[in-house]
Amino acid sequence: MGMTITEKIIAAHADKATVAPGDIIMASVDVALGNDITAPIAIKEFRKICAGKVFDPRKIVLVADHFTPNKDIQSAEQSKMLREFAREQGLTHFYDVGRCGVEHSLLPERGIVIPGDLVIGADSHTCTYGALGAFGTGVGSTDLAAAMAIGKVWLKVPESIKFVYRGEMRKWVCGKDLILYTIGQIGVDGALYKAMEFTGDTISRLPMPDRISMCNMAIEAGGKSGIIAPDRIALDYSAGRSDRTPHVYASDGDAHYEKVIEFDVSSIEPQVAFPSLPENARGISKVGEVRIDQVVIGSCTNGQIEDLRIAAGIFKGKKVHPDVRTIVIPATQGVYAQALVEGLLEIFVKAEAAVSTPTCGPCLGGHMGVLAEGERALATTNRNFVGRMGHPKSEVYLCGPAVAAASAVAGRICSPDKMDNGL
Amino acid sequence: MKLKGRAWRFGDDVNTDEIIPARYLNSSDPLFLATHCMEDADSEFAGKVREGDLIVAGKNFGCGSSREHAPIAIKASGVHAVIAASFARIFFRNAFNIGLPIFESREASQGIASGDEVMIDTEKGEIQNLTKQTVYRVKPIPPFMEKLIEAGGLIEFVKSSLKLKKKED
Repeated sequence: MGMTITEKIIAAHADKATVAPGDIIMASVDVALGNDITAPIAIKEFRKICAGKVFDPRKIVLVADHFTPNKDIQSAEQSKMLREFAREQGLTHFYDVGRCGVEHSLLPERGIVIPGDLVIGADSHTCTYGALGAFGTGVGSTDLAAAMAIGKVWLKVPESIKFVYRGEMRKWVCGKDLILYTIGQIGVDGALYKAMEFTGDTISRLPMPDRISMCNMAIEAGGKSGIIAPDRIALDYSAGRSDRTPHVYASDGDAHYEKVIEFDVSSIEPQVAFPSLPENARGISKVGEVRIDQVVIGSCTNGQIEDLRIAAGIFKGKKVHPDVRTIVIPATQGVYAQALVEGLLEIFVKAEAAVSTPTCGPCLGGHMGVLAEGERALATTNRNFVGRMGHPKSEVYLCGPAVAAASAVAGRICSPDKMDNGL
Repeated sequence: MKLKGRAWRFGDDVNTDEIIPARYLNSSDPLFLATHCMEDADSEFAGKVREGDLIVAGKNFGCGSSREHAPIAIKASGVHAVIAASFARIFFRNAFNIGLPIFESREASQGIASGDEVMIDTEKGEIQNLTKQTVYRVKPIPPFMEKLIEAGGLIEFVKSSLKLKKKED
């Protein structure tokens, strides 16, 4: 019996020739990641294990991205804890305000994660790194503490579900729409504990930011990981960003899958996920009249330069609707600088959108755009749970950057096609 | 292990934002987190819950974020165990790692209502509903997780494996 790409990466990191779903193994980690919310607990737990050094200061990555620039004294204390720990331990990769970015956008951009890596992160969206052909999975702070001490994590080898996407995507459809559609079909626990392997001719043509959006949201279907076998697109993206050698794994022809699910993407419209679960996805033509108070364009799902280009293309020469506040958040300093050079930030500002420094901020209702009671937001983020962006009686709808920008101008959720009609 | 307590019943897909909203994540103090436990699912829960109570929920309990603050808040609120039809995987890991007992049982999840007196008997592998006089089966805990529990959680497990390694060296 052959192995899937996920099984091969796990086996290679557990010094085993083969592994099978259900096996519990100890795996070596290439990267162990924490942020300003999860790392403080990990640091406290690490101190309980040992008073000494972390297993390898080059492999622990701390990113202060959630409540930064710090929103209050308590969150400043949490960031301070990361900063002091990073100094004390001589960590190579600590990213603070001004050098920072949303972690899952920053790590690929800086070449910290490369194809074939095994990555754990005390953040559920660590599954993002599957876009590079790495195994990435979210864990808790105590798991991170243990990995910081011994460089290993216990993992149950997951069953894999193969998703095959075929056909040409319609205009305005992006990776975010494919994954929202997929979650709409299988539900928020449709891939519980499973590795979601995305394949098919559509995926082989899909640019990197779209792959990142898809793997990023594997967790929203309960997945342990999402993965796309690294090809020329992934290797070209990775090249020149790291001096480590990528390991290219691919699933065997006779690998076992728990299920194979096929989609013809030519029938998929831009998607909108209604409150309060990502599985409540529907095509833009079936949205109806939904007025909005706020639009957020950014996050680890859709804060890349390509996302900002799509949004700027729609905002150019137009203004955000008078009843709407729009917040655009480049995912990293690198994206921010590029958007500046390309004149995108000027387009946003002239359209009367607020441009923020990189932060996770509003995605989790932290700061920089928290909602009041009864308010409704449309966001390119990844979760729309009850109270996610603020008051428990506020609502979040999810979509891709084109629908977000068009809706910001229209004041209600609408298709970017409407823009062509001089709306 | 036997755990007896009064049940608080929640629905499907209870997520970590409901268990402990992100607006409180500027702290990791268990007692502070406990005062906001389950707040966006039931704003009065933290005031009503008593030491030894149990949470009973539907499928996919603890979905969403990796925040360990979620099982920490539940444990610090006095809840002694969570029973659900299924658990989201990061919550499952976190609960074992920090020592919050959790039990998977579809039957118990369907049969137990808020206010029922419930007894969990891990040796027998069953949950008794003392109010309704019914018994439900529990999915057994994987052997590796039992080792973690025996060691006293992941940190103790790692400490003992480090000591073993030192001896070998």
